[in-house]
Amino acid sequence: MEANIAIPSDGKNTWDGGGVRPFGASYGKMMMWFFILSDALTFSGFLAAYGLTRFKFIDSWPIADEVFTHVPFIHGEFPMYYVAFMTFVLIFSSVTMVLAVDAGHKMQKNKVAWYMFATIIGGLIFVGSQAWEWNTFINGTYGAVKTTDGKILQFARDGKQIALSDFVVGDRMDDRVQHTRKNGLWWNKADETLPQYSVAQVLASYKADPSVQIRSEEINMDEKQKFILTREKGLAELSKAKMVVEGANLKVNEYGNTIFADFFFFITGFHGFHVFSGIVINIIIFFNVILGTYEKRGHYEMVEKVGLYWHFVDLVWVFVFTFFYLV
Amino acid sequence: MSHAHESNVKRIWMVFGILSLITIVEVGFGIYKPDALHLTNFLGTSPLNWLFIILTLAKAYGITWTFMHMEGEKKWFRRAVVWTAVFLICYLVALLLIEGGYLYETLSPLVKW
Repeated sequence: MEANIAIPSDGKNTWDGGGVRPFGASYGKMMMWFFILSDALTFSGFLAAYGLTRFKFIDSWPIADEVFTHVPFIHGEFPMYYVAFMTFVLIFSSVTMVLAVDAGHKMQKNKVAWYMFATIIGGLIFVGSQAWEWNTFINGTYGAVKTTDGKILQFARDGKQIALSDFVVGDRMDDRVQHTRKNGLWWNKADETLPQYSVAQVLASYKADPSVQIRSEEINMDEKQKFILTREKGLAELSKAKMVVEGANLKVNEYGNTIFADFFFFITGFHGFHVFSGIVINIIIFFNVILGTYEKRGHYEMVEKVGLYWHFVDLVWVFVFTFFYLV
Repeated sequence: MSHAHESNVKRIWMVFGILSLITIVEVGFGIYKPDALHLTNFLGTSPLNWLFIILTLAKAYGITWTFMHMEGEKKWFRRAVVWTAVFLICYLVALLLIEGGYLYETLSPLVKW
């Protein structure tokens, strides 16, 4: 091998390229940058696919600030506030990260450790918030009905969306009960969760209450609002109902197009996984800082490299935030 | 490591202030959605959406240049990373969005609302 390489690299410094620094950047840092580049292309592929699908269903795409309206511990509708908070947390953890790098340049070990610690806490708050968002999205807010031709029908009163529980009364009329292993065939897995209401029950309640309106998926492009159907048109649509949908998963989505939910889970999930791995890497580096590894090495470049990754995670979130919640 | 070692703490906090301010502006516009920006059309989408996209790119620039210290890297290293990303992403996004618009034009007449 030695005949083939210009500079021998079998010293103690094998991992930093033996002191070779193309473009004044160490190999480690350079490779982190090119990894980030490839990861950025992956994320942009996902977001561009989201854009394609959204353009394909431009007249029926769910309106984001009607989907993400919840804030933990507070009742009522507050579109955007919570994601805005999450964005702040992530940007702030980026700041503490860059302060750690800055302290590293000045060889202030304690400062680096404390700033790394703050970054880790920020990351944990963010993933926790993301988990809460998922939970809220999966459980759903209002409930809806899916028709045989694949449309989602939501319910409204005076033009404002209402939940199934706001107007559905009476019996299920289909005699179905949730199957459990206890009272059924023990070798059968528990059935998929039975919705709280049956289709027949929703239909009967709709007929009984003239104030209930059907909200279509279709967007009125002049007002950028979903169409509210007349009572008669609503009844015609509702009689095609196939199933009651509560919440969202990979197969059905009470907020509208199923593929909206698929992209939500996939893209925020992939980003959340990046945050999670970033936290793990940050924790490892945090302990290395405390143990004095970089003090002995004479420089804190490792903190700078994981910092690059952490900022990248923040950078991706800036785009996810825009394209999922704002645009 | 080869860059100047003077402290950047003040600058970091300033950039944080700018990024926070941009986020607040974005969220404000996202909540109030002024009709003049939201319901009009400019170059294929609403001016509001263009505003969001421009502010997002401004934030991305702030994060990459200051926090990731891209401004301190050598010119051609910086370009190798940034230009590759920018050109490939623009290309991909343009193709996919045009294709998405085509799918809408082709398929939406078949959907009966």
